[in-house]
Amino acid sequence: MYTFSNKLRLGSFIAMGLGFIFLVIGFISAPSTVEEAKAMVAVHDDGHGGGHAEAATESHGDQGHGAEASHGEEHDSSHDEHLLSQLKNRPWSALYVAAFFFFMISLGVLAFYAIQRAAQAGWSPLLFRVMEGITAYLVPGGIIVFVILLLSAMHMNHMFVWMDPEVVAHDELLQGKAGYLNPTFFLIRAAIFLGGWIFYRQYSRKLSLAQDESDDNTNFVKNFRWSAGFLVFYLVTESMMSWDWIMSVDPHWFSTLFGWYVFASMFVSGITVIAMVTVYLKSKGYLEDVNDSHIHDLAKFMFGISIFWTYLWFAQFMLIWYANIPEEVTYYVARFQDYKLPFFGMLALNFVFPLLVLMNSDYKRINWFVIMTGIVVLFGHYLDIFNMIMPATVGDQWFIGLPEIGGILFFGGLFVYWIFTALTKAPLQPKRNPFIEESRHFHY
Amino acid sequence: MASKVIQALYNDDDVLMHAVKKVRAEHHHIEEVYTPFPVHGLDKAMGLADTRIAITSFLYGCLGLTVAIVMMNFIMIEDWPQDIGGKPSFTYLENMPAFVPIMFELTVFFAAHLMVITFYLRSRMWPFKKAENPDKRTTDDHFLMEIGLHDNENELAELLWETGAVEVKVTEKES
Repeated sequence: MYTFSNKLRLGSFIAMGLGFIFLVIGFISAPSTVEEAKAMVAVHDDGHGGGHAEAATESHGDQGHGAEASHGEEHDSSHDEHLLSQLKNRPWSALYVAAFFFFMISLGVLAFYAIQRAAQAGWSPLLFRVMEGITAYLVPGGIIVFVILLLSAMHMNHMFVWMDPEVVAHDELLQGKAGYLNPTFFLIRAAIFLGGWIFYRQYSRKLSLAQDESDDNTNFVKNFRWSAGFLVFYLVTESMMSWDWIMSVDPHWFSTLFGWYVFASMFVSGITVIAMVTVYLKSKGYLEDVNDSHIHDLAKFMFGISIFWTYLWFAQFMLIWYANIPEEVTYYVARFQDYKLPFFGMLALNFVFPLLVLMNSDYKRINWFVIMTGIVVLFGHYLDIFNMIMPATVGDQWFIGLPEIGGILFFGGLFVYWIFTALTKAPLQPKRNPFIEESRHFHY
Repeated sequence: MASKVIQALYNDDDVLMHAVKKVRAEHHHIEEVYTPFPVHGLDKAMGLADTRIAITSFLYGCLGLTVAIVMMNFIMIEDWPQDIGGKPSFTYLENMPAFVPIMFELTVFFAAHLMVITFYLRSRMWPFKKAENPDKRTTDDHFLMEIGLHDNENELAELLWETGAVEVKVTEKES
């Protein structure tokens, strides 16, 4: 049995506390009137003053202010209000990006786990308890994301512009989409997605623990069936979730492979976290039977899925770039103009770095190497989510400051606390999994 | 010069793996093992040095990438610039996204083909070459281990029978 080390618990509490304070500061310092917002921008706006107004209207013309934007005075006031809502959105977006990021890690691990179960993989059963520990965060993480979405639907923030009836009234495209994209149906869908995922996670965990105590393989077979069924459910709901929770912050823009793209991001982050937690537990003397070959396989997945992510990123980008259709390219124009560093930095972190560092077979077996690469990959995929949400919600007013770091610290601390608490609940090695011998002797 | 070798045939890869380990533990030098399919971990059991083909593959990939860049730059930018879809070909960098698929494909193409050719050359395989494997059954379902003899015929034969060989024979080998 694993016991939660005091140092790690203390660390996670400090991270949560510090993150909470940063987030509160972020929320308090957000402006509440147009004058405050203008004053804030005037102070911070030494560097990019000139191009700012242009860029803001260009990249956000699609948010319902576009129609009025061209008229002189009206433009000024609508732009100022737009600025206010961007600055008000910033702490919310920082909260949402971090909450979603850590939630998506456990969802990615759940998908990986279900694939191992459905494929009856022989190498991985030794890691099942680690994966089950990480997916335990699905419950609090999912509820937090749902609460944030609920608060958005209650107009506490302005991240999802289509939730504002005022905006929809002036926007024919959004009126056309209102049958699908309306707050009630949106929340019902979110509840169905989360309900399904959490149900599978809890039920599969129950079967997995029951298998240890039973004297036949019925629980194992049941788990296999449920996992295969879950994967079908997941494939559809994950895609819809990505449209709902991420793509809809840019309600005019759409991309048909967006679901896959988000999936690649969550999958590689999840596998990275499995590798990191496994290496950590091994360094503390647990999981004696996990050998370098298991780490090697996880690192291969990190390498492969990083390239898969890049493939999807580029497939999405190149078609839009080549076709050059105005309503599609605005998405990338906003990112190229205002998000150069995070946008291209993310490509370096998520593609070039893992490609070069994890290419060598021997490096995939060096534990500290996997940890270091994992940290870079996780940061890269945080930036990926950042780049998906921020351009639509805060526009050119982005910055990685207190609220963003606070979000990472708070949810990171909660994540660590939750998964390691879950790991203490059951023996780290499944006893009666029929493939456990194969997994123990797994050798590359 | 012809040298005397002893050949042992096995009909199971697990038995072969154990035999290889045992023979090596007794400090006999295994000259070659012929198998109908790649046996996982056999190279390590035989104590062969790691393959360097991965390094050549990386270098060939870099070569392919360079060829693609130079080629596309000449064809699409220098020699015959065109205006495709409202994107005039003025500089390589501006048109780079359109060239990425070609860069990728040529990287893979060069790495794969040159790696196979390197492997054939290094293994001394070329068209019309006489097959090296001493027994036809190694292309079907048998595994053959070959050990050089130094006046220790009986001792080795006994050891090989012990390891589960289905057949042991001594032959002259041209080298």
